[in-house]
Amino acid sequence: MKKITIDPVTRIEGHAKISIYLDDSGEVSDARFHVTQYRGFEKLCEGRPFTEMPRLMARTCGICPVSHLIAASKACDEIMGVKVPIAGVNIRKIINYAQILQSHALSFFYLSSPDLLLGMDAPIEERNIVGVLNRKKDFIENGIFLRKFGQMLIEKLGRKRIHPDYIVPGGVESPVEESIKDEINENARLCIDKALYTIDTFRSVLPAFEEEIRYFSHIPTYHMALSKDGKIEYYDGDIYIIDPEGRIELKFKPEEYNNYISERVEGFSYLKSPYLKIKGYPDGIYRVGPLSRLNIAESCGAEVADRELSIYREVAGRISNAAFLNHYARLVEIIFCAEKIIELLNDDATFVTHTKANAGVNFEEGVGVSEAPRGTLIHHYKVDRNGIVQWANLIIATGHNNLAMNKGILQAAKRFVKGDDIKEGFLNRIEAVIRCYDPCLSCSTHAVGKMPMMVEIVNNKGERLKEVRR
Amino acid sequence: MKKKLATVWLDGCSGCHMSFLDIDERLLEVLQFFDIVYSPLVDFKEFPESVDVTFVEGAVSTTEDIKKIKEIRKKSSIIVAMGDCAITGNVPSMRNSFKLNSVIDRGYAENSDKHNKVEFFDVPPLLTNVLPVNAIIHVNYYLPGCPPPADAFYNLIKSILNQEKFDVFQHTRFGK
Ligand code: SF4
Repeated sequence: MKKITIDPVTRIEGHAKISIYLDDSGEVSDARFHVTQYRGFEKLCEGRPFTEMPRLMARTCGICPVSHLIAASKACDEIMGVKVPIAGVNIRKIINYAQILQSHALSFFYLSSPDLLLGMDAPIEERNIVGVLNRKKDFIENGIFLRKFGQMLIEKLGRKRIHPDYIVPGGVESPVEESIKDEINENARLCIDKALYTIDTFRSVLPAFEEEIRYFSHIPTYHMALSKDGKIEYYDGDIYIIDPEGRIELKFKPEEYNNYISERVEGFSYLKSPYLKIKGYPDGIYRVGPLSRLNIAESCGAEVADRELSIYREVAGRISNAAFLNHYARLVEIIFCAEKIIELLNDDATFVTHTKANAGVNFEEGVGVSEAPRGTLIHHYKVDRNGIVQWANLIIATGHNNLAMNKGILQAAKRFVKGDDIKEGFLNRIEAVIRCYDPCLSCSTHAVGKMPMMVEIVNNKGERLKEVRR
Repeated sequence: MKKKLATVWLDGCSGCHMSFLDIDERLLEVLQFFDIVYSPLVDFKEFPESVDVTFVEGAVSTTEDIKKIKEIRKKSSIIVAMGDCAITGNVPSMRNSFKLNSVIDRGYAENSDKHNKVEFFDVPPLLTNVLPVNAIIHVNYYLPGCPPPADAFYNLIKSILNQEKFDVFQHTRFGK
């Protein structure tokens, strides 16, 4: 038996390594995705007042802290038993759109565009954002612009780009000045233009990735997302689960998640594997994120995004199980977010000065759900009568995708790795499968592996016979 | 000759790395003076033999983190502890007030379907206590904040480049 280790997996957000197992004839027999970090947020919050949860739990992730702030605050809203004033809801939504927009820009431009524009086999020295920059400066400049727009909007409203303490139980800290409107409107329109231009570029390279579309975690799975009235929804709505062909399998209220989802632990990873209870483990494999959201929603509910959605569906079909198309789905969602930001900024209710409801502890339990850039995010807390947290459970977007990532790298490894012929570009493809999911591992393990890329040859007793470094 | 820059990620939330990227288009300017030789942003899997400046995010929380940070110290001229996690242990070290087993059990026994203990393998063992980076190695610069603001990064890099003195509290502070 031979084992190939890719460590660390790069251009993803977190710590991970991949093992690929070869049998005696050199065929791939198994593949595993190991997440190597665990921080224990579900425990370390114990004994703290629930009002601290949003800003503490946001520290699970510096890329999507806003989604954590929102899910945590919504769980706290439940504990207080309050209805958040409409301005508070609108502002929370705007900040979340801003964040999904910036995070998608990070994933697409900073992390994945080297594979997409330079090719999976490009030399390792060039296969990064600097390499793309040298080749196509305006493309990267657009990426920087999009990410900066999202981050600046978060800062304008929340006073800080990363970990703004502004989203709190009951709503948001303070009202928003109407004077910010014009500038943001203008820049949001620029974002739409830039995203459209990027879609053109992406579509022009897409024919070269036929194999990647077919073999990068192209597997039949269930899909899960929040949705409302058949449209994309990141904040309200019910949780929908559809089968691989697109039929609605389940629909439930976020607070009922426990009846439908369970989590399995595998000893090779600190990342748990959630699955659908009714289908069991591992058949209850499902995915979340941009691809799943576009599968579940009939339409986006915004003009330009809907036009682009129908063009996207010419490639993807009405339902797609090709993880590679997450890249495309992200671009459609960037447009959707920009349009939604404009829509909410033109809603007078956004600027009403009452932004926060106040109350003490009225219930001893609360569940909060929000769509994060990478998919559905669930926070669940139990408190005592004084509001001191006793227990917490978090199911993070990337966690939902764990089974699919494992199955996906096995599929790609079987396709691209054969015997001793291990080309660097092939291994990059295996990593690129993971990048399709844009996993946020610091997030998902709420919870560095640093070994060089290494091929270990291990005999059947597990003794190491040979080690090849690259 | 361009200088060599590395960024490493121990037990943190990636917020410090993101704040670094928040220098936005000034990144292009930084790239004129530095090559990124190791980072989650590039594909090199091995830490190079000699690096001019290494930014470290996050606390030390596994046996592998210890090994890694020692190796990085040997190979880096300047090490910057970026962010409160690297400097004080911050959020990751909040688990130190619990027994490690109870932290693991909450995540993997209580909050899972089987409710039993799991033997982990092929992942680095967790330390009983999370430590700040300077508990293991000597640190040259401290850049506090959770995360430190983008301007602080930019100004520190400029000061290092121009060999000027850097007054950290002009730009950031703990808990900022
Ligand atoms: S200091 Fe703050 S922003 Fe930086 S890694 Fe730690 S929690 Fe994240």
